[in-house]
Amino acid sequence: MNNISAKLLEAKNEPLWYFNKNSLIIIGIIVLGLFLFPFTSPSKFAIHLMMMIFMHAVMAQSWNVLAGFSGQISLGHAIFFGIGAYACAYFYVKFHITPWIGILIGIGISGFVAMLIGIPILRLKGHYFAIATLLIGISFQVVFQRWPEVGSSSGLWIPINRESPWSSMQFHKSKVAYYYISLLFFIVTFFLVWLLNRSKLGYRLRAIRDQSDAASSLGIHVSKYKIIAFIISAMIMAPIGSIYAQYVLIVDPNNAFNVDISILVLLIAVMGGVGNIWGPIIGAAILIPISEFSRIYFGGTGHSIDLVVYGVLIIIICIFKPSGIVSLIPRSFREREKAK
Amino acid sequence: MSILLKVENLSRSFGGIHANSDISFDVKKGEILGVIGPNGAGKSTLFDLITGFTKSDRGQVMFKDKDITNVRPDLICRMGVGRTFQKLKPFADQTLLENVIVGALVKEKSLKVARDKALEIIDFVDLIEKRHHYAKELSTGQRKRLELARALATDPKLLLMDEVTGGVDQRTIPGLVELVLKLKKNGITVVTIEHNMKIIMDISDRILALNQGKRIAFDTPKKISENSQVIDAYLGKVDAT
Repeated sequence: MNNISAKLLEAKNEPLWYFNKNSLIIIGIIVLGLFLFPFTSPSKFAIHLMMMIFMHAVMAQSWNVLAGFSGQISLGHAIFFGIGAYACAYFYVKFHITPWIGILIGIGISGFVAMLIGIPILRLKGHYFAIATLLIGISFQVVFQRWPEVGSSSGLWIPINRESPWSSMQFHKSKVAYYYISLLFFIVTFFLVWLLNRSKLGYRLRAIRDQSDAASSLGIHVSKYKIIAFIISAMIMAPIGSIYAQYVLIVDPNNAFNVDISILVLLIAVMGGVGNIWGPIIGAAILIPISEFSRIYFGGTGHSIDLVVYGVLIIIICIFKPSGIVSLIPRSFREREKAK
Repeated sequence: MSILLKVENLSRSFGGIHANSDISFDVKKGEILGVIGPNGAGKSTLFDLITGFTKSDRGQVMFKDKDITNVRPDLICRMGVGRTFQKLKPFADQTLLENVIVGALVKEKSLKVARDKALEIIDFVDLIEKRHHYAKELSTGQRKRLELARALATDPKLLLMDEVTGGVDQRTIPGLVELVLKLKKNGITVVTIEHNMKIIMDISDRILALNQGKRIAFDTPKKISENSQVIDAYLGKVDAT
């Protein structure tokens, strides 16, 4: 294996990763546009809509790390949204700990809970794992409904604080601050997942997703890496719960651990494209406006109408583009240049 | 030649079926050991038992004088035992290069070093021009080479190859055989399951013959070809009466 051919030398001189200049420019313009968006005097609804897109894109990305990178389908991801929401609210209400620290506590607890849940259930494969996560998600809701320390079914009401908006993460005059907080988490999360995708861990997780036996034969401890993916996924999900709790100022078990959250993040990722870091962004950018507008136009019935729309869209995607809408984007615009 | 792998009384049953019964053999450093037997003889199960994918009921597997019986597959790989699968298991949605990098990461800490090592191995298996192709876009013969490259990237001292020429067209077979012989030249000990008798007789130093989960012969190719039990297993027993 020591004879070096010209083609091998040429291959070794190639960069480890390809960066498409055009796509980098487009991303840069979009990010700049998102930062400048509040200066265009948008309506409160437009700001709210953009925040919801950012938050759901991050949650779908969290689900994508687990399902898209390591191949485990979770139907209980609301667990970590709920933990993030409760951790932030609980420590603020009971101990007056700033939500910024509360976010970190939520991330830590979510990661720890993911490890405790993951060790037994990540031995399961396919639909057995999915069913286990669904049932554990529901059981979290039941436990919190009966836990007096966290307000039982009524949940926790976060007291309004008008004196120190930044330390209490409460901005009552404008939603713009929430917009920038969620935008920041959105950008940071996607950058971290982008790095994960290119890391040794990313290679190993994708190997497990595609062929766990083959991955095992290549020295990868499959269970350990699945647990790592689950922990990372949970830690990405938690801060969105925390931010949402500070945004609506109430956390209750029915909303925080709602199975709809778990299903919604799955639908966003599937629609956008599972296993691709752009999939959750595209999915959120399409599904969240549909959800919000259908809620406006169909009034009280909006909730079910948007689910009908989701269902129809998912069926169309599954039939015509099973790899998600992201597969419609030309390959050269995506993160890697392959198959020359 | 010193003994690299020693298998003693390895047994495994699935319900009432004895997939492997008291299989014993050894593999000498630097040799090519062929494993033959009709369908259902227990060849792939034997590989699964050695590499930890299936737990044995009894018996012992020693690799470089260490007991690796029922050790996890990833640890066995890290000890220096590589394998390929009868039913190909490429990482279909990843490029050939990415597939091989995964193997190289077993030993290499840096992604760049792992990439360069993967490229060298891809060049060794004559697929350098296909390095950016998705595994699902490759032909069966090319996927066989991919699996081999991926296993080689882990720096195995012993390589178990399950039907390297199985399912490929006749024109591809000589290239694959040549590749196996190149491995031997590079000091890698090979155990290969093969149905093509001409190939196995030509490349093997010794042959292990299995039938219905039992060892029926373990000898040089010449002696194996004259062994009545092997002939019976492949051609059926001739009734002399």
